[in-house]
Amino acid sequence: MNAKPKGVIGQSVQRIEDRPLIIGKGMFAGDISFAHQLHMRIVRSSSAHGVIKRIDTQAARALPGVHAVWTAADIPEMGPIDFREGKIEKLEPYRQPVLAIDRVRYVGEPVAAIFASDAYTAEDAADLVEVEIEDLPVIMDARAATGEFAPGLSSEAAVITQGFGDTASVFATAHAVVEIDVTVGRHSGVPLETRGAIGRYDAARDVLELHGAAKVPHKNKETLARLFGRPAAALHLFETHVGGGFGVRGEIYPEDILVLAAALRFGGAVKWIEDRREHLMAANQSREQHHKTRAAVDEKGTLLAIENEFWHDQGAYPRTHAMRVAETTCGILPGPYRVGAYKALGHYRLTNKTPAATYRAPGRYETNFVRERLLDAIAAKLNISRVDVRKQNLIRSDEMPYARPLCVLEDDVSYDSGDYAGLLDKSLKAIRWDELQSELAERRKRGELVGVGLATFVEKSGLGPTDGAHVCVDTTGAIEVITGGASVGQGFETVMAQVCAEALGVDYRNIRVVHGRTDRIDFGIGAHASRATVMTANAVHAAALIVREKALSFAAELLQSEAATLDIIDGRVIRRGESEGPSITLGEIANHLRPAAKLRRGREPGLSADGWFDTDHQVYPYGNQIAVVSIDRETGAVNVEQYVIAYDIGRAINPVLVRGQILGGFAQGLGGALYEEFLYDERGEPLSVTFADYLMPTANEVPKVDVIISEDAPSPRNPLGIKGAGESGIAAVGAAIASAVDDALGSPGAITRLPITPQRLKRILNRLASA
Amino acid sequence: MTRHTIQLKINEQTRTISVDARKTLLDALREDCNLTGAHAGCEHGVCGACTVIVEGEPVRSCLMFAVQAEGKTIRTVEGLAQGGALHPMQKAFTEQHAVQCGYCTPGFLMLTVAALEKTPDMDDDALREVVASNLCRCTGYENILAAVRIAADDMRRRT
Repeated sequence: MNAKPKGVIGQSVQRIEDRPLIIGKGMFAGDISFAHQLHMRIVRSSSAHGVIKRIDTQAARALPGVHAVWTAADIPEMGPIDFREGKIEKLEPYRQPVLAIDRVRYVGEPVAAIFASDAYTAEDAADLVEVEIEDLPVIMDARAATGEFAPGLSSEAAVITQGFGDTASVFATAHAVVEIDVTVGRHSGVPLETRGAIGRYDAARDVLELHGAAKVPHKNKETLARLFGRPAAALHLFETHVGGGFGVRGEIYPEDILVLAAALRFGGAVKWIEDRREHLMAANQSREQHHKTRAAVDEKGTLLAIENEFWHDQGAYPRTHAMRVAETTCGILPGPYRVGAYKALGHYRLTNKTPAATYRAPGRYETNFVRERLLDAIAAKLNISRVDVRKQNLIRSDEMPYARPLCVLEDDVSYDSGDYAGLLDKSLKAIRWDELQSELAERRKRGELVGVGLATFVEKSGLGPTDGAHVCVDTTGAIEVITGGASVGQGFETVMAQVCAEALGVDYRNIRVVHGRTDRIDFGIGAHASRATVMTANAVHAAALIVREKALSFAAELLQSEAATLDIIDGRVIRRGESEGPSITLGEIANHLRPAAKLRRGREPGLSADGWFDTDHQVYPYGNQIAVVSIDRETGAVNVEQYVIAYDIGRAINPVLVRGQILGGFAQGLGGALYEEFLYDERGEPLSVTFADYLMPTANEVPKVDVIISEDAPSPRNPLGIKGAGESGIAAVGAAIASAVDDALGSPGAITRLPITPQRLKRILNRLASA
Repeated sequence: MTRHTIQLKINEQTRTISVDARKTLLDALREDCNLTGAHAGCEHGVCGACTVIVEGEPVRSCLMFAVQAEGKTIRTVEGLAQGGALHPMQKAFTEQHAVQCGYCTPGFLMLTVAALEKTPDMDDDALREVVASNLCRCTGYENILAAVRIAADDMRRRT
């Protein structure tokens, strides 16, 4: 393979992180062990709502090999779990305790913790703990009457609003009003690796360590240091390999706090690895929202106003994200369209289900479905095409940057760049939209249920405000890039190496990238909300440019040339255009910059630098998804025949990795559109606690996808022009498939709920047949 | 609980370990043999992250007790590369970008290697059917399928 040292940005080069993963030497949480470690097992509530009358741990404690059994009474100093972004007054009383106190509120809630010499014994002991619970009435629908979370505390923990303009008066005088009532089902990231956490107290250094961290190690370190009352240098988080994140993994959960508290108290290491059944009832779930949304339009379908009332099913407790999904829902719903006035009213409601939080494209998977259902409904009502209604409402490129008085993640919405209509044309061409209409009509005549559907969307990515990185060249010329980013399998190391390599003029394969280690760098933004590449890569770029500058300035003196006439090729400083002339390697320069080196002459020691990247606003990539589906009339199964995803990413650092993000996200989105759902019975018993009940797509379900990566609209908000990639594939799958299924049924608006399971679709088919 | 001393022939090395009757082969490999390449994904045989090759067959090691593997020949992902040279399947997985988080990767490698060693000439549908036995949550399978196709050709050429 010919990896050009310069110009490596934009190339689909091989990943540098693969080797350990393909030879079985990866180091995931379950692979981490310390001598004499204890194993933790959690005793979980089997009741969805009730008062704890008695917990009898005697038999468990008596089992040989059991070291300790804790209930809430054993850890009075461990307060409830804080929010990642700090204190939120009105939600404070709703925070989840580490172990249930007095009441349980969902099946799976941690009630007690066993610490034993091995995992099998810990599980045996957990079975011996007797928990007596007096059941209370459950709330299993966020739209149902509210109840009490605790005496005097409503299960409607918050009502949130955003908006602009006077929607009421627009609705009063509009040509037409179109209203939909739709639901997104409860599903989640479900990474193949379950959660895991290993707490370790190193008494020799007085450092408390959490191994198995992911996603936001630095943010979590801040929260945990506060909770444990330890200075920053006395608590560290270590991310190793992470078996998929998707928003779910890497947040602070009760189990993370328990392994740390136990490590500290017992003075050693405590390991916890979740099993799959636990994961499906205890890790963050997501997505479940009911929307009553309506639009006021003129006779051409111009969006004059949107009102969006929704009920967010948070489950039993707010988690570390607090209200972010519901807030994002308010701020991003209008998507790529102009709208004259807008009002969002969100009911943030607690129910007796597993707590919910973010899952890849939080607030967008939901709102893309809702908004695009609304656009289809407008097209149907006014009898105009689904393409035309979108085209005439899309924000134009000459309107960019486009600010809207809404906010997402406490950031004022301001779309940075884009040619939304141009990209839509590319997608329509790729699927052969016009020809397709007649082909599908022909097939329908023959009795087939086939249809096409589309969705357009705006993504958000790269939330700042700031990230930093450190780049260091050693005396052999090898390079280490230290970041506070995180890797969840997306190719983070490769991307950072490519950016550093291009700035510095070295081979990207000669670069090691550090991430997820709070003991190596003080700050870090982590990997969430498609920000790692935007924020951390720009910081790496800044640091690498400073190192380059240092190297050139030193070499200029040595080679008796102006720095501006020099270049770095393959890690060697040369006079520009003179590859055979005098030169000096970066390793040699690093050697001359050692603290004791003679030639250093007052320069700062080391060929290294910190770089920072600051930004005021997020960046907004955008895309379209188009689906062609057929429906099996007998079974109600949906077969996705063709799929196009077009996505403008501004600038792709590594196109094959971007494509991988899109394809992987698409498969997850397909799961949420057709198969995956956390179901509960009327008593709150979870029904989807194995992979036989929670159905994720296999290679048989995922069709080939035509991916168009467009770079028409680089972001003006960062030097590399990049936007995020992680959530584009998933973001509009529910929206596009629902539109296509409607079309196949010949019944606009038929799909009001995701996932479109065979059972649900069969009911719709029966209803349409009898109508 | 009675402990059983058993011999396992793993990656051409004979190992003697002492395990409880209820210990799974997966846990025995990971905890008693320090071979952590096979992973637990679901513990009930659906996801295939724990797949190893036992007597030439791909096996969910979470569903087999270690004592059931007594005396049997076992291959794990750690034994796939020979003398530092990657197996064609490993090579294809990295070259085709079939790896993202890598958690499911050892299971897919062992599944597809075993299937192709038994049936070298599989058409595309048959290969897809094999790949559909395991779950991946990151890649959407396209690159895994591409890797398996390429490795299948490579494996046929080498035999």
